[in-house]
Amino acid sequence: MTTPTVPASADDTSSAQRSGIDWLFAISVIMIAVALTRVIYYTPFEAVQGPAQKIFYLHLPAALCAFTAFGVVALAGIGYLWLGDLRLDRAAESSAEVGVVFTTVVLVTGPIWARPVWGTWWTWDARLTLTLFLWFIFVGYIVLRGAIEDRALRARYSAVLGILGSLLIPFIHLSVYLFRTLHPRPIVIKPSAPSLPPEMLTTLIISFVAFFLFYLALVRQRYRLANERDLLELEEGR
Amino acid sequence: MAPSTLSAALLIARKDLAIEFRTRTAFFSALVFALLGIVIFFFAWDPTAVSSLDLAPGVLWGIFTFSGLLGLQRSFSLEQSDRAIDSLLGAPISRESIYLGKAIANLVFVAAVQLIAIPAVQLFYGVSLLDHAALLGLIALMAAIGLVAVGTLFSAMAVNTKLAEMLLPVLSLPFFVPIVIPAAQATARLLSGRPASESVGWLKLLLAFDIVFVVACMLAFPYTIEE
Repeated sequence: MTTPTVPASADDTSSAQRSGIDWLFAISVIMIAVALTRVIYYTPFEAVQGPAQKIFYLHLPAALCAFTAFGVVALAGIGYLWLGDLRLDRAAESSAEVGVVFTTVVLVTGPIWARPVWGTWWTWDARLTLTLFLWFIFVGYIVLRGAIEDRALRARYSAVLGILGSLLIPFIHLSVYLFRTLHPRPIVIKPSAPSLPPEMLTTLIISFVAFFLFYLALVRQRYRLANERDLLELEEGR
Repeated sequence: MAPSTLSAALLIARKDLAIEFRTRTAFFSALVFALLGIVIFFFAWDPTAVSSLDLAPGVLWGIFTFSGLLGLQRSFSLEQSDRAIDSLLGAPISRESIYLGKAIANLVFVAAVQLIAIPAVQLFYGVSLLDHAALLGLIALMAAIGLVAVGTLFSAMAVNTKLAEMLLPVLSLPFFVPIVIPAAQATARLLSGRPASESVGWLKLLLAFDIVFVVACMLAFPYTIEE
Protein backbone atom coordinates (compact mmCIF):
# COMPACT_ATOMS: atom_id res chain seq x y z
CA MET A 1 0.00 0.00 0.00
CA THR A 2 2.64 2.49 0.97
CA THR A 3 5.09 2.24 -1.87
CA PRO A 4 6.87 5.57 -1.85
CA THR A 5 7.60 5.43 -5.59
CA VAL A 6 3.98 5.89 -6.59
CA PRO A 7 3.23 9.58 -7.05
CA ALA A 8 0.54 10.72 -4.67
CA SER A 9 -1.90 12.10 -7.16
CA ALA A 10 -4.89 11.53 -4.90
CA ASP A 11 -5.22 12.44 -1.25
CA ASP A 12 -5.44 9.31 0.86
CA THR A 13 -6.15 11.23 4.02
CA SER A 14 -9.13 12.06 6.17
CA SER A 15 -11.07 8.90 5.33
CA ALA A 16 -12.04 8.73 9.00
CA GLN A 17 -13.73 12.12 9.02
CA ARG A 18 -15.70 11.16 5.92
CA SER A 19 -17.95 8.88 7.93
CA GLY A 20 -20.72 10.51 9.95
CA ILE A 21 -22.66 13.64 9.22
CA ASP A 22 -21.44 16.19 6.70
CA TRP A 23 -21.97 19.25 8.88
CA LEU A 24 -21.55 21.79 6.13
CA PHE A 25 -24.19 20.01 4.10
CA ALA A 26 -26.56 19.73 7.06
CA ILE A 27 -26.17 23.39 7.99
CA SER A 28 -26.71 24.56 4.41
CA VAL A 29 -29.88 22.47 4.06
CA ILE A 30 -31.24 23.85 7.32
CA MET A 31 -30.34 27.37 6.17
CA ILE A 32 -32.21 26.85 2.91
CA ALA A 33 -35.24 25.61 4.82
CA VAL A 34 -35.08 28.71 7.02
CA ALA A 35 -34.68 30.97 3.99
CA LEU A 36 -37.60 29.38 2.15
CA THR A 37 -39.82 29.61 5.23
CA ARG A 38 -38.98 33.29 5.48
CA VAL A 39 -39.63 33.76 1.75
CA ILE A 40 -43.04 32.12 1.94
CA TYR A 41 -44.41 33.34 5.29
CA TYR A 42 -42.46 36.34 6.53
CA THR A 43 -41.63 38.38 3.46
CA PRO A 44 -44.21 40.79 2.00
CA PHE A 45 -45.44 40.63 -1.58
CA GLU A 46 -43.90 43.02 -4.03
CA ALA A 47 -46.53 45.64 -4.97
CA VAL A 48 -46.40 45.29 -8.76
CA GLN A 49 -45.16 41.77 -9.41
CA GLY A 50 -47.04 40.04 -6.60
CA PRO A 51 -46.10 36.51 -5.55
CA ALA A 52 -44.06 35.91 -8.73
CA GLN A 53 -41.32 38.16 -7.37
CA LYS A 54 -40.60 35.69 -4.57
CA ILE A 55 -38.85 33.36 -6.97
CA PHE A 56 -36.03 35.87 -6.97
CA TYR A 57 -34.93 34.68 -3.57
CA LEU A 58 -34.07 31.42 -5.35
CA HIS A 59 -33.09 32.83 -8.71
CA LEU A 60 -30.51 35.41 -7.66
CA PRO A 61 -28.59 33.22 -5.20
CA ALA A 62 -28.57 30.36 -7.72
CA ALA A 63 -27.21 32.72 -10.37
CA LEU A 64 -24.51 33.92 -8.00
CA CYS A 65 -23.48 30.32 -7.32
CA ALA A 66 -23.52 29.46 -11.03
CA PHE A 67 -21.19 32.32 -11.89
CA THR A 68 -18.95 31.54 -8.93
CA ALA A 69 -18.79 27.93 -10.08
CA PHE A 70 -17.73 29.05 -13.52
CA GLY A 71 -15.08 31.35 -12.09
CA VAL A 72 -13.70 28.48 -10.01
CA VAL A 73 -13.51 26.25 -13.11
CA ALA A 74 -11.55 28.88 -15.03
CA LEU A 75 -9.20 29.77 -12.16
CA ALA A 76 -8.58 26.13 -11.28
CA GLY A 77 -7.86 25.52 -14.97
CA ILE A 78 -5.22 28.24 -15.05
CA GLY A 79 -3.81 26.89 -11.79
CA TYR A 80 -3.67 23.36 -13.13
CA LEU A 81 -1.83 24.29 -16.33
CA TRP A 82 0.60 26.28 -14.23
CA LEU A 83 1.21 23.92 -11.30
CA GLY A 84 0.05 20.57 -12.66
CA ASP A 85 -1.65 19.73 -9.38
CA LEU A 86 -4.48 17.23 -9.88
CA ARG A 87 -6.27 18.58 -6.81
CA LEU A 88 -7.01 21.72 -8.81
CA ASP A 89 -8.44 19.63 -11.61
CA ARG A 90 -10.69 17.80 -9.17
CA ALA A 91 -11.87 21.15 -7.82
CA ALA A 92 -12.66 22.29 -11.37
CA GLU A 93 -14.50 19.06 -12.12
CA SER A 94 -16.58 19.32 -8.95
CA SER A 95 -17.36 22.98 -9.44
CA ALA A 96 -18.40 22.44 -13.06
CA GLU A 97 -20.87 19.70 -12.20
CA VAL A 98 -22.40 21.66 -9.33
CA GLY A 99 -22.39 24.71 -11.61
CA VAL A 100 -24.58 22.93 -14.15
CA VAL A 101 -27.13 22.23 -11.43
CA PHE A 102 -27.25 25.87 -10.34
CA THR A 103 -27.32 27.15 -13.92
CA THR A 104 -30.25 24.81 -14.58
CA VAL A 105 -32.03 26.24 -11.51
CA VAL A 106 -31.46 29.75 -12.89
CA LEU A 107 -32.75 28.79 -16.33
CA VAL A 108 -35.84 27.09 -14.89
CA THR A 109 -36.80 29.72 -12.33
CA GLY A 110 -36.20 32.63 -14.74
CA PRO A 111 -38.96 31.74 -17.23
CA ILE A 112 -41.38 30.87 -14.40
CA TRP A 113 -40.97 34.44 -13.19
CA ALA A 114 -40.84 35.97 -16.67
CA ARG A 115 -44.14 34.46 -17.80
CA PRO A 116 -46.39 36.51 -15.47
CA VAL A 117 -44.14 39.58 -15.27
CA TRP A 118 -42.69 40.02 -18.76
CA GLY A 119 -45.55 38.14 -20.41
CA THR A 120 -43.28 35.64 -22.12
CA TRP A 121 -41.40 32.51 -21.10
CA TRP A 122 -38.30 33.40 -22.97
CA THR A 123 -36.72 36.55 -24.35
CA TRP A 124 -33.27 36.99 -25.87
CA ASP A 125 -32.24 39.38 -23.18
CA ALA A 126 -28.47 39.75 -22.83
CA ARG A 127 -28.23 38.27 -19.36
CA LEU A 128 -30.59 35.43 -20.18
CA THR A 129 -28.68 34.45 -23.28
CA LEU A 130 -25.43 34.63 -21.38
CA THR A 131 -26.75 32.20 -18.78
CA LEU A 132 -27.93 29.85 -21.50
CA PHE A 133 -24.47 29.81 -23.04
CA LEU A 134 -22.90 29.36 -19.64
CA TRP A 135 -24.98 26.22 -19.43
CA PHE A 136 -23.90 25.07 -22.91
CA ILE A 137 -20.22 25.55 -22.07
CA PHE A 138 -20.61 23.72 -18.75
CA VAL A 139 -22.34 20.79 -20.43
CA GLY A 140 -19.70 20.70 -23.17
CA TYR A 141 -17.08 20.67 -20.44
CA ILE A 142 -18.65 17.66 -18.76
CA VAL A 143 -19.10 15.84 -22.08
CA LEU A 144 -15.43 16.48 -22.83
CA ARG A 145 -14.36 15.10 -19.46
CA GLY A 146 -16.41 11.97 -19.99
CA ALA A 147 -14.82 11.36 -23.37
CA ILE A 148 -11.18 11.14 -22.23
CA GLU A 149 -9.67 8.09 -20.55
CA ASP A 150 -6.22 9.37 -19.77
CA ARG A 151 -6.22 11.20 -16.44
CA ALA A 152 -3.57 13.83 -17.21
CA LEU A 153 -4.93 14.50 -20.68
CA ARG A 154 -8.44 14.91 -19.28
CA ALA A 155 -7.15 17.44 -16.77
CA ARG A 156 -5.26 19.43 -19.41
CA TYR A 157 -8.10 19.50 -21.94
CA SER A 158 -10.66 20.53 -19.36
CA ALA A 159 -8.36 23.28 -18.14
CA VAL A 160 -8.00 24.60 -21.69
CA LEU A 161 -11.76 24.53 -22.25
CA GLY A 162 -12.46 26.16 -18.89
CA ILE A 163 -10.07 29.01 -19.63
CA LEU A 164 -11.30 29.56 -23.19
CA GLY A 165 -14.88 29.46 -21.91
CA SER A 166 -14.16 32.27 -19.50
CA LEU A 167 -12.68 34.30 -22.37
CA LEU A 168 -15.80 33.62 -24.42
CA ILE A 169 -18.28 34.95 -21.85
CA PRO A 170 -17.56 38.68 -22.40
CA PHE A 171 -17.80 38.22 -26.17
CA ILE A 172 -21.16 36.51 -25.97
CA HIS A 173 -22.41 39.19 -23.62
CA LEU A 174 -21.20 41.97 -25.88
CA SER A 175 -22.55 40.48 -29.11
CA VAL A 176 -25.94 39.68 -27.62
CA TYR A 177 -26.09 43.10 -25.98
CA LEU A 178 -25.32 44.86 -29.27
CA PHE A 179 -27.84 42.61 -31.00
CA ARG A 180 -30.53 43.61 -28.55
CA THR A 181 -29.87 47.33 -28.47
CA LEU A 182 -29.89 47.57 -32.25
CA HIS A 183 -33.23 45.75 -32.39
CA PRO A 184 -35.14 47.11 -29.40
CA ARG A 185 -38.11 45.05 -28.26
CA PRO A 186 -41.38 46.91 -27.59
CA ILE A 187 -41.74 46.65 -23.81
CA VAL A 188 -39.53 44.72 -21.53
CA ILE A 189 -39.87 45.63 -17.92
CA LYS A 190 -36.36 45.59 -16.61
CA PRO A 191 -36.00 44.19 -13.12
CA SER A 192 -34.08 47.14 -11.85
CA ALA A 193 -33.29 46.71 -8.21
CA PRO A 194 -34.32 49.77 -6.23
CA SER A 195 -33.82 50.05 -2.51
CA LEU A 196 -35.43 46.92 -1.14
CA PRO A 197 -37.53 47.10 2.00
CA PRO A 198 -35.59 45.70 4.97
CA GLU A 199 -37.67 42.49 5.24
CA MET A 200 -36.95 41.60 1.64
CA LEU A 201 -33.29 42.47 1.94
CA THR A 202 -32.87 40.28 5.00
CA THR A 203 -34.57 37.37 3.26
CA LEU A 204 -32.38 37.85 0.21
CA ILE A 205 -29.20 37.92 2.28
CA ILE A 206 -30.23 34.77 4.16
CA SER A 207 -30.93 33.09 0.80
CA PHE A 208 -27.57 34.16 -0.56
CA VAL A 209 -25.72 32.73 2.42
CA ALA A 210 -27.79 29.52 2.38
CA PHE A 211 -27.24 28.90 -1.30
CA PHE A 212 -23.56 29.69 -1.13
CA LEU A 213 -23.07 27.25 1.75
CA PHE A 214 -25.06 24.69 -0.21
CA TYR A 215 -22.77 25.26 -3.21
CA LEU A 216 -19.71 24.78 -1.04
CA ALA A 217 -21.17 21.63 0.54
CA LEU A 218 -22.00 20.12 -2.83
CA VAL A 219 -18.60 20.93 -4.28
CA ARG A 220 -16.94 19.43 -1.21
CA GLN A 221 -18.96 16.22 -1.56
CA ARG A 222 -18.25 16.06 -5.28
CA TYR A 223 -14.56 16.70 -4.67
CA ARG A 224 -14.42 13.74 -2.29
CA LEU A 225 -16.03 11.55 -4.91
CA ALA A 226 -13.49 12.71 -7.50
CA ASN A 227 -10.73 12.00 -5.02
CA GLU A 228 -12.00 8.48 -4.32
CA ARG A 229 -12.26 7.80 -8.04
CA ASP A 230 -8.69 8.93 -8.63
CA LEU A 231 -7.54 6.74 -5.75
CA LEU A 232 -9.37 3.79 -7.24
CA GLU A 233 -7.83 4.41 -10.64
CA LEU A 234 -4.44 4.57 -9.00
CA GLU A 235 -5.02 1.27 -7.18
CA GLU A 236 -6.22 -0.44 -10.33
CA GLY A 237 -3.29 0.93 -12.27
CA ARG A 238 -0.84 -0.72 -9.90
CA MET B 1 7.60 35.64 -34.30
CA ALA B 2 10.71 33.83 -35.41
CA PRO B 3 10.85 33.36 -39.18
CA SER B 4 11.42 29.64 -38.68
CA THR B 5 8.06 29.33 -36.92
CA LEU B 6 6.29 30.95 -39.84
CA SER B 7 8.14 29.04 -42.52
CA ALA B 8 7.51 25.75 -40.72
CA ALA B 9 3.85 26.70 -40.42
CA LEU B 10 3.64 27.44 -44.13
CA LEU B 11 5.26 24.11 -44.88
CA ILE B 12 2.67 22.27 -42.80
CA ALA B 13 -0.13 24.27 -44.39
CA ARG B 14 1.21 23.39 -47.83
CA LYS B 15 1.37 19.71 -46.91
CA ASP B 16 -2.24 19.72 -45.68
CA LEU B 17 -3.46 21.60 -48.71
CA ALA B 18 -1.55 19.29 -51.04
CA ILE B 19 -3.26 16.28 -49.44
CA GLU B 20 -6.60 18.03 -49.76
CA PHE B 21 -5.94 19.07 -53.33
CA ARG B 22 -5.09 15.52 -54.37
CA THR B 23 -8.00 13.83 -52.62
CA ARG B 24 -10.53 16.68 -52.60
CA THR B 25 -12.87 14.55 -50.47
CA ALA B 26 -13.35 17.02 -47.65
CA PHE B 27 -13.62 20.04 -49.90
CA PHE B 28 -16.27 18.50 -52.10
CA SER B 29 -18.29 17.19 -49.20
CA ALA B 30 -18.14 20.58 -47.48
CA LEU B 31 -19.11 22.30 -50.70
CA VAL B 32 -22.00 19.98 -51.49
CA PHE B 33 -23.10 20.30 -47.87
CA ALA B 34 -23.05 24.10 -48.18
CA LEU B 35 -25.03 24.08 -51.42
CA LEU B 36 -27.56 21.61 -50.03
CA GLY B 37 -27.90 23.76 -46.93
CA ILE B 38 -28.56 26.86 -49.04
CA VAL B 39 -31.29 25.00 -50.94
CA ILE B 40 -32.89 23.41 -47.85
CA PHE B 41 -32.95 26.68 -45.94
CA PHE B 42 -34.79 28.30 -48.83
CA PHE B 43 -37.62 25.79 -48.55
CA ALA B 44 -37.68 25.94 -44.76
CA TRP B 45 -39.20 29.43 -44.92
CA ASP B 46 -42.29 30.77 -46.58
CA PRO B 47 -40.84 33.06 -49.30
CA THR B 48 -44.02 35.15 -49.33
CA ALA B 49 -43.71 35.87 -45.61
CA VAL B 50 -39.95 36.34 -45.26
CA SER B 51 -38.09 38.17 -48.00
CA SER B 52 -34.91 36.53 -49.21
CA LEU B 53 -33.11 39.77 -48.38
CA ASP B 54 -33.83 39.09 -44.71
CA LEU B 55 -33.06 35.42 -45.04
CA ALA B 56 -29.80 35.48 -46.99
CA PRO B 57 -27.36 36.75 -44.30
CA GLY B 58 -28.56 34.20 -41.76
CA VAL B 59 -28.40 31.37 -44.27
CA LEU B 60 -24.95 32.41 -45.42
CA TRP B 61 -23.50 32.43 -41.91
CA GLY B 62 -25.34 29.38 -40.73
CA ILE B 63 -23.99 27.45 -43.69
CA PHE B 64 -20.42 28.71 -43.25
CA THR B 65 -20.40 27.66 -39.63
CA PHE B 66 -21.51 24.12 -40.31
CA SER B 67 -19.51 23.53 -43.48
CA GLY B 68 -16.47 24.95 -41.69
CA LEU B 69 -16.90 22.26 -39.06
CA LEU B 70 -16.67 19.60 -41.77
CA GLY B 71 -13.27 20.86 -42.82
CA LEU B 72 -12.02 21.32 -39.27
CA GLN B 73 -12.93 17.77 -38.31
CA ARG B 74 -10.51 16.51 -40.90
CA SER B 75 -7.63 18.72 -39.82
CA PHE B 76 -6.23 16.47 -37.12
CA SER B 77 -7.90 13.15 -37.90
CA LEU B 78 -5.73 13.33 -41.03
CA GLU B 79 -2.68 12.93 -38.78
CA GLN B 80 -4.14 9.98 -36.87
CA SER B 81 -3.62 7.47 -39.69
CA ASP B 82 -0.25 5.75 -39.27
CA ARG B 83 0.25 8.04 -36.26
CA ALA B 84 1.61 10.71 -38.58
CA ILE B 85 1.16 13.14 -35.71
CA ASP B 86 4.12 11.51 -33.93
CA SER B 87 6.50 12.42 -36.74
CA LEU B 88 5.05 15.90 -36.82
CA LEU B 89 5.69 16.26 -33.08
CA GLY B 90 9.13 14.73 -33.44
CA ALA B 91 10.13 17.30 -36.04
CA PRO B 92 12.40 20.09 -34.77
CA ILE B 93 9.72 22.73 -35.01
CA SER B 94 7.77 24.57 -32.34
CA ARG B 95 4.28 23.48 -31.28
CA GLU B 96 3.01 26.90 -32.24
CA SER B 97 4.10 26.40 -35.83
CA ILE B 98 2.09 23.16 -36.01
CA TYR B 99 -0.98 25.00 -34.79
CA LEU B 100 -0.37 27.92 -37.12
CA GLY B 101 0.19 25.65 -40.12
CA LYS B 102 -2.98 23.70 -39.44
CA ALA B 103 -4.91 26.94 -38.94
CA ILE B 104 -3.63 28.44 -42.20
CA ALA B 105 -4.64 25.31 -44.13
CA ASN B 106 -8.08 25.40 -42.52
CA LEU B 107 -8.41 29.10 -43.31
CA VAL B 108 -7.74 28.43 -46.99
CA PHE B 109 -10.27 25.61 -46.86
CA VAL B 110 -13.01 27.74 -45.29
CA ALA B 111 -12.25 30.67 -47.61
CA ALA B 112 -12.51 28.39 -50.64
CA VAL B 113 -15.94 27.18 -49.53
CA GLN B 114 -17.00 30.79 -48.94
CA LEU B 115 -15.77 31.79 -52.38
CA ILE B 116 -18.23 29.40 -53.99
CA ALA B 117 -21.05 29.63 -51.45
CA ILE B 118 -21.38 33.44 -51.63
CA PRO B 119 -22.11 33.51 -55.39
CA ALA B 120 -24.42 30.54 -54.85
CA VAL B 121 -26.45 32.47 -52.28
CA GLN B 122 -26.55 35.43 -54.68
CA LEU B 123 -27.82 33.14 -57.43
CA PHE B 124 -30.40 31.19 -55.43
CA TYR B 125 -31.70 34.04 -53.27
CA GLY B 126 -31.51 36.79 -55.85
CA VAL B 127 -29.67 39.19 -53.53
CA SER B 128 -26.80 41.42 -54.63
CA LEU B 129 -24.03 40.18 -52.37
CA LEU B 130 -21.28 40.65 -54.93
CA ASP B 131 -21.98 44.39 -55.25
CA HIS B 132 -20.36 44.73 -51.86
CA ALA B 133 -17.55 42.27 -52.60
CA ALA B 134 -14.77 44.21 -50.83
CA LEU B 135 -16.56 44.74 -47.53
CA LEU B 136 -18.21 41.33 -47.58
CA GLY B 137 -14.80 39.78 -48.25
CA LEU B 138 -13.41 41.59 -45.22
CA ILE B 139 -16.27 40.37 -42.99
CA ALA B 140 -15.89 36.84 -44.33
CA LEU B 141 -12.15 36.82 -43.73
CA MET B 142 -12.42 38.16 -40.20
CA ALA B 143 -15.13 35.66 -39.34
CA ALA B 144 -13.17 32.82 -40.90
CA ILE B 145 -10.07 33.67 -38.84
CA GLY B 146 -12.03 33.48 -35.60
CA LEU B 147 -13.79 30.29 -36.66
CA VAL B 148 -10.56 28.60 -37.65
CA ALA B 149 -8.59 29.76 -34.61
CA VAL B 150 -11.01 28.11 -32.19
CA GLY B 151 -11.93 25.21 -34.46
CA THR B 152 -8.35 24.12 -35.08
CA LEU B 153 -7.64 23.91 -31.37
CA PHE B 154 -10.81 21.94 -30.64
CA SER B 155 -10.13 19.69 -33.61
CA ALA B 156 -6.75 18.82 -32.07
CA MET B 157 -8.51 18.03 -28.79
CA ALA B 158 -11.45 16.12 -30.27
CA VAL B 159 -9.35 13.51 -32.09
CA ASN B 160 -7.86 12.35 -28.80
CA THR B 161 -11.24 11.69 -27.21
CA LYS B 162 -13.55 8.70 -27.39
CA LEU B 163 -16.22 10.73 -29.16
CA ALA B 164 -13.81 12.07 -31.79
CA GLU B 165 -15.67 14.08 -34.46
CA MET B 166 -18.91 14.10 -32.50
CA LEU B 167 -17.35 16.31 -29.86
CA LEU B 168 -16.18 19.08 -32.19
CA PRO B 169 -19.59 20.75 -32.73
CA VAL B 170 -20.47 20.52 -29.03
CA LEU B 171 -17.26 22.32 -28.10
CA SER B 172 -17.07 24.74 -31.03
CA LEU B 173 -20.59 26.01 -31.59
CA PRO B 174 -20.87 28.13 -28.41
CA PHE B 175 -17.63 29.79 -29.50
CA PHE B 176 -19.00 30.48 -32.97
CA VAL B 177 -21.91 32.54 -31.63
CA PRO B 178 -19.95 35.79 -31.15
CA ILE B 179 -18.64 35.30 -34.71
CA VAL B 180 -21.92 34.51 -36.42
CA ILE B 181 -23.90 37.32 -34.78
CA PRO B 182 -21.58 40.18 -35.87
CA ALA B 183 -20.94 38.66 -39.30
CA ALA B 184 -24.64 38.10 -40.06
CA GLN B 185 -25.59 41.53 -38.70
CA ALA B 186 -22.92 43.32 -40.74
CA THR B 187 -23.92 41.37 -43.85
CA ALA B 188 -27.57 42.26 -43.34
CA ARG B 189 -26.66 45.94 -43.11
CA LEU B 190 -24.62 45.70 -46.29
CA LEU B 191 -27.50 44.07 -48.15
CA SER B 192 -30.11 46.58 -47.05
CA GLY B 193 -27.87 49.36 -48.34
CA ARG B 194 -27.09 50.94 -44.98
CA PRO B 195 -23.89 52.99 -44.70
CA ALA B 196 -20.80 50.96 -43.84
CA SER B 197 -20.28 53.05 -40.69
CA GLU B 198 -23.20 51.21 -39.09
CA SER B 199 -21.25 47.98 -39.20
CA VAL B 200 -18.10 49.36 -37.60
CA GLY B 201 -19.16 48.21 -34.12
CA TRP B 202 -19.69 44.67 -35.36
CA LEU B 203 -16.37 44.62 -37.20
CA LYS B 204 -14.59 45.81 -34.07
CA LEU B 205 -16.17 42.97 -32.14
CA LEU B 206 -14.98 40.47 -34.77
CA LEU B 207 -11.49 41.93 -34.71
CA ALA B 208 -11.33 41.73 -30.93
CA PHE B 209 -12.51 38.13 -31.02
CA ASP B 210 -9.88 37.25 -33.62
CA ILE B 211 -7.04 38.82 -31.66
CA VAL B 212 -8.03 37.31 -28.30
CA PHE B 213 -8.69 33.81 -29.60
CA VAL B 214 -5.79 33.52 -32.03
CA VAL B 215 -3.43 34.39 -29.18
CA ALA B 216 -5.23 32.28 -26.56
CA CYS B 217 -5.54 29.22 -28.78
CA MET B 218 -1.92 29.42 -29.87
CA LEU B 219 -0.85 29.56 -26.22
CA ALA B 220 -3.20 26.71 -25.30
CA PHE B 221 -2.27 24.45 -28.20
CA PRO B 222 0.90 22.91 -26.69
CA TYR B 223 -1.26 21.61 -23.82
CA THR B 224 -3.61 19.79 -26.17
CA ILE B 225 -0.95 17.51 -27.65
CA GLU B 226 -0.77 13.97 -26.42
CA GLU B 227 2.90 13.40 -25.74
